[in-house]
Amino acid sequence: MGLTSQSSGLSLLKAKFNIQRKSESQIVIALAGNPNTGKSTLFNHLTGLNQHTGNWPGKTVANAQGTFTYKDKEFLLVDLPGTYSILASSVEEEVARDFICFGNPNLTIVITDATCLERNLNLALQVMEITDNVIVCLNLMDEAERKGIYIDLKKLQEFLGVPVIPTVAKDGKGVDELLEVIHQFTENKLELKPYKVKYEESIETLVTQIEEKLTPIISDIFNTRWIGLRLLDGDEKILSTINSIINDSYEGGIDDE
Amino acid sequence: MSNNSKTPLDDVLEFIHSKKDKSIGDSIVSTIYQNAETISKSVTTVDDKRKVKWDEKIDNILTSKITGYPIMLLLLGIIFWITIEGANYPSQLLSDFFFSLEDKITGIFNYMNAPDWLHGILVLGIYRTLGWVVSVMLPPMAIFFPMFTLLEDLGYLPRVAFNLDNMFRKSGTHGKQALTMSMGFGCNAAGVIACRIIDSPRERLIAIITNNFVPCNGRFPILISLSMIFIGGIVASQYSSLLASLSIVFMVLIGIYVTLIVSKILSKTILKGVPSSFTLELPPYRKPQIGSILVRSLLDRTIFVLGRAVIVAAPAGAVTWLVANITIGDVSILNHVAGFLNPFGELLGLDGFILMAFILGLPANEIVLPILIMSYMSKGAMLELESLDSLKNLLLNNGWNIITAINFMLFSLLHFPCATTLLTIRKETNSTKWALFTFLLTTSVAIIVTFIINSLANLIGIF
Repeated sequence: MGLTSQSSGLSLLKAKFNIQRKSESQIVIALAGNPNTGKSTLFNHLTGLNQHTGNWPGKTVANAQGTFTYKDKEFLLVDLPGTYSILASSVEEEVARDFICFGNPNLTIVITDATCLERNLNLALQVMEITDNVIVCLNLMDEAERKGIYIDLKKLQEFLGVPVIPTVAKDGKGVDELLEVIHQFTENKLELKPYKVKYEESIETLVTQIEEKLTPIISDIFNTRWIGLRLLDGDEKILSTINSIINDSYEGGIDDE
Repeated sequence: MSNNSKTPLDDVLEFIHSKKDKSIGDSIVSTIYQNAETISKSVTTVDDKRKVKWDEKIDNILTSKITGYPIMLLLLGIIFWITIEGANYPSQLLSDFFFSLEDKITGIFNYMNAPDWLHGILVLGIYRTLGWVVSVMLPPMAIFFPMFTLLEDLGYLPRVAFNLDNMFRKSGTHGKQALTMSMGFGCNAAGVIACRIIDSPRERLIAIITNNFVPCNGRFPILISLSMIFIGGIVASQYSSLLASLSIVFMVLIGIYVTLIVSKILSKTILKGVPSSFTLELPPYRKPQIGSILVRSLLDRTIFVLGRAVIVAAPAGAVTWLVANITIGDVSILNHVAGFLNPFGELLGLDGFILMAFILGLPANEIVLPILIMSYMSKGAMLELESLDSLKNLLLNNGWNIITAINFMLFSLLHFPCATTLLTIRKETNSTKWALFTFLLTTSVAIIVTFIINSLANLIGIF
């Protein structure tokens, strides 16, 4: 995966998302999820910030950010707006998508609603297309239980290829387990092999062709497969974002020479 | 690096354009959905043993076409009723406290031989305005906000939005405007910021421009006290709170109605377009967290709003005292301006002092009534408000009748947003033009509506 360039990610963090890491050692975690899955509640649990949480969609429009420390590691947590997808058909989706893709967080936690897994997995699958560094939280386990919904966690984890942690964010249940998994990630002890969606033959061929063209230009910064898919999907706005980023790094290149 | 007009990325784009057809995008999206479906089906088993699905039952009632609206209005009415009933006594206590303290402060001023003007500005101007704002606003807010936050926490507000969604779409605007409008009940500046959740710039502008038509908590006290005095007073005292609550609900309905009409007019004229669709999801009902409701509604909202009112009211009180006491010829500046505005005010069923109070109240709606009371007092300082009766007498002595009261409430409901909201509109739309437009539009609506009501009243010959 080509998401390695720290410099471009960092400058974008600063400029577009108004987020600044205190130090290189601080680990940036993005928190993504559908609206009303308890994202802000989990955010508050982790950071201890008493952010206002209201019970309706579209509450977090700008990014909320907070820090926390666990086992001597410092984390910067970014609460993304709640979205059902990140195919960028709305402002919230664009903010969430741009942050996960271009903001270059070290880790993305996708928080899902156990009572309607299918719709929530949509987002999880889309995030896992962009980055390998994903952890899935299965929240609202208590409500699911009340509704008689049972989820085979082990099987789900095998399917997704990333850790799946059951939580009840409002009571803080599962938060310790989540912190432990985050810690393992920082120690490189997690094996992350996220499930990748396979498309029909003709699309896969096209994507491969596009990737070949993209690779010499942007492969060191971006996930070419994902960008290719977005371009095929008709999202050309993404190119202007890419352009502005590579123009910055081009200038940097001149200075080095 | 070369500055070719054609970047390497343009090549890629050309390639894609040559290969692309519309079905690819659809196929990509549906493949993702199918994958999500397959995975979720293979790991989920549902065994719903509950005999009664309460949440679905409740939703059916709360969002039904028949019962949805009546329940909504009933809840709103109950909240206002509790607020009115509950706020009376603590308001009385607070005002007693402030005015007994004032006597002591005046005593200190006399003892120190302070000049009259200093006592005038500091005590009769600033202190009294503050005392008024706190004793009139604090109790209703301390009751209203926790109840409103409770509804929010229970998950009722999204149901309100769901009920209203259809009406907004019929007005050619976005269903989410129902949500931003609801925010406006707290504070219009907050409501305007909330409009960020609407993506289409056209629909966002409409939502921003019309947000002011629902009363914020700076204007609720005006509606509450005037409906208690003039409308509740029509019937026997045991029904007066009820009738007052009903009339506030009615005012809110007028506000919503005007919001819809103006939205529709805007979307047919200068902000033409088709409403974009969205799916409004009804979140599950949640058990409210009482502790956090109290903290949030009392600290975050009540104290915040009160603090802002106090900060604005203090200088406004001083300025009002000054213009009421500095005379040109034999007449105070206040009377000069009020006299100038009076003919126009009378056309609207108001008077010059009322218009003057609205203008001086631009910084914050909370101070309109205090300023008006101060202006009506002969000495140019606010009266000691022993009870709402003394306020009623003061207003009656200054020529008020029920039409004046109704038009005062309507003007307050519809007129220009406060300075904070206007600045917020400028910031959110990034243009002075739209802030100015909102100012002119809302003021015109307020003038037209009050003018019509007054003309009708004159025609029928009520007064």
